[in-house]
Amino acid sequence: MSRDLLRFATAGSVDDGKSTLVGRLLYDTKSVLADQIEAVERASVDKGMSTPDLSLLVDGLRAEREQGITIDVAYRYFGTPTREFVLADTPGHVQYTRNTVTGASTAELAVLLVDARNGIVEQTRRHAAVLALLRVPRLVLAINKIDLVGYDEETLTAIAKDFAALARSVGFADEAVQVIPVSALAGDNVVERSTRTPWYDGPTLLGHLESVPVAGPEVTAPFRMPVQYVIRPRAGALPGAEERWGPLHDYRGYAGQVASGTVSPGDEVVVLPGGARTTVAGVDTADGPLDAAGAGRSVTIRLTDDIDISRGDLIAAAGAAPRVGSEIEATLCWLADKPLRAGARLLLKHGARTTQVIVGALGERLDVDSVRFVDPPEALTVNDIAMVSLRTADPLPVDDYADIRATGSFLLIDPPTGGTLAAGLVGNPLTLTSG
Amino acid sequence: MTAFVSPAAPAVRDALDALESESIHIFREVAGEFDRPVILFSGGKDSTLLVHLAVKAFAPAPVPFPLLHVDTGHNYPEVIDFRDRLAARLGLRLHVAHVQDWIDDGRLTERPDGTRNPLQTVPLLDSINEHRFDAVFGGGRRDEERARAKERIISLRDAFGRWDPRSQRPELWNLYNGRHAAGEHVRVFPISNWTELDVWRYIQREGVELPSIYYAHQREVFRRDGMWLAEGPWGGPRGAESLELRSVRYRTVGDGSCTGAVESTASTLDQIIDEVTASRLTERGATRADDRLSEAAMEDRKREGYF
Repeated sequence: MSRDLLRFATAGSVDDGKSTLVGRLLYDTKSVLADQIEAVERASVDKGMSTPDLSLLVDGLRAEREQGITIDVAYRYFGTPTREFVLADTPGHVQYTRNTVTGASTAELAVLLVDARNGIVEQTRRHAAVLALLRVPRLVLAINKIDLVGYDEETLTAIAKDFAALARSVGFADEAVQVIPVSALAGDNVVERSTRTPWYDGPTLLGHLESVPVAGPEVTAPFRMPVQYVIRPRAGALPGAEERWGPLHDYRGYAGQVASGTVSPGDEVVVLPGGARTTVAGVDTADGPLDAAGAGRSVTIRLTDDIDISRGDLIAAAGAAPRVGSEIEATLCWLADKPLRAGARLLLKHGARTTQVIVGALGERLDVDSVRFVDPPEALTVNDIAMVSLRTADPLPVDDYADIRATGSFLLIDPPTGGTLAAGLVGNPLTLTSG
Repeated sequence: MTAFVSPAAPAVRDALDALESESIHIFREVAGEFDRPVILFSGGKDSTLLVHLAVKAFAPAPVPFPLLHVDTGHNYPEVIDFRDRLAARLGLRLHVAHVQDWIDDGRLTERPDGTRNPLQTVPLLDSINEHRFDAVFGGGRRDEERARAKERIISLRDAFGRWDPRSQRPELWNLYNGRHAAGEHVRVFPISNWTELDVWRYIQREGVELPSIYYAHQREVFRRDGMWLAEGPWGGPRGAESLELRSVRYRTVGDGSCTGAVESTASTLDQIIDEVTASRLTERGATRADDRLSEAAMEDRKREGYF
């Protein structure tokens, strides 16, 4: 039986019990093995605790265990008979924007945690805004520690109502949001349905993760594929390949991962930024040619015309091509300690192409605490989110991030150190409504 | 070639298909951006999987990287034979760094416990320098161990080969930043997101050949620190330890002195998958003495330049 894959992220503020919730998911899905449990039990006793501290399952680095905090994004893996999960566990306090943006960038769903005693707090707004900005398709609010409010329906319904309003105000559709009351410590509604919340008729957290549809907007968007590598076995093929593939002297294939949409032989495509139009002759894989390849699949495309194509070019649906230009309006999540000022000369990586870029005027900054855009700053500092105008040395084929994440996203890179400075999103993907 | 029957929705949803496509994407990015990549290859199941994925990433062209094996000398003959056959079949160049050479000329000293696993770091870094490799593929997976869970897919190493977990680059979308200064290199982990069970299921699906020691066989072994070790030049059995004939198999392949076998009768992939599914120990906890040393054993070795 085929199992599918869901990539999701968790986010929450310092004491919401996120590590415990993640530990509970791993523990109750039997993803934690005996030697790991023993190690955690030993360490819990060493720290003077009477019950195993499930958060120790997920805090990986020595400094994290010593300080009792989570510093960096950690990736966790677990599975059920129907689905496999890749979990990006993002810390809530240190470098929260950097970590939340990183975790959310690959997530198809995010689980946001709040403490039932506190309800929606400033950091919940902040996280919801960042998750909305990154266009994570689905959101779960896990109201944790419901045992500490006596499983009180009225309290929890009020939090759910507040959250629905918040999610709507940053652009989430109602059907993309699920609120689940849980106790990570006691296990209520995480994997096992709680008998103490008879008034709650929704799914458990795991039940929701297992059943939520995972198809993102990339699936139905127009076809895009950045060319990563040109495959030309003329100088010598893989041993034995000609027996399977036929004569390879003239083989020329463009290798890449379908970023959005679907590609099939016979499709009309355009190669950007050059603009040459041609037709797909074949969609190859090492296992044989495909009738169609959809978003996420790594393939090798052959084209009917002999066009000069190299790494960094984008193959796109001819009838719905992205715009090509050197002037790009974008939203930056600034991740570096050194500040950004107008006029900076940096590198920009988009798809498989890296080009030089000059930063123009800084635009409005997102105040994540009030979730409002405010006046342009003098400079961007770490964890700032702001609009910016960019001019690139090479023209780039881009889509709005809100339409296609893969061709609407880029990195800014520091030329002397090579460090990653910013996550970039073409356009402004955040639609705020007053409320 | 026969065409696949096209599924109703061509977007990749099957977990193994999604993981395969992600790994192929990583191989192609590195081939496009680096001058001298190399695949670290031990003959174990994870590095064999890497080579299989690399073949699929570039077919029908050959894999555009050589292989590098850091050979502790504490090997299983079946694995060395398998290694050489695989390289020959695919037409790949194989570099071997023999830890023994470093011991012979005094650059390394044998440890009192006879274990050579930690001694691999220096020959690895020396080989990277000598061949000017700028990207080194490894079969590390994030599910193996807690420090590995924080590792990036493309991970920068300084001129001393050191990993600094506190100053890692954020890794966003599938945009990998592999920029590095002269003398630095990156480690690349294309199967970061695979679990042990994914690896076995995929090996079964694809019919990937593995060294025979992964399947149950009769072997003379002795008990040490709760593990079954094979007789060998690394010492043992000693004292009260005694050899017994057992049905065993290996879950990982490493230095013979510290890699234990598990008692098993699983001689087919179906049986191995059942066994891994039912197992209550992680593969490293069950069979790797080097990871039992301290809570942060892996983090410390990674900081020094180990994989």
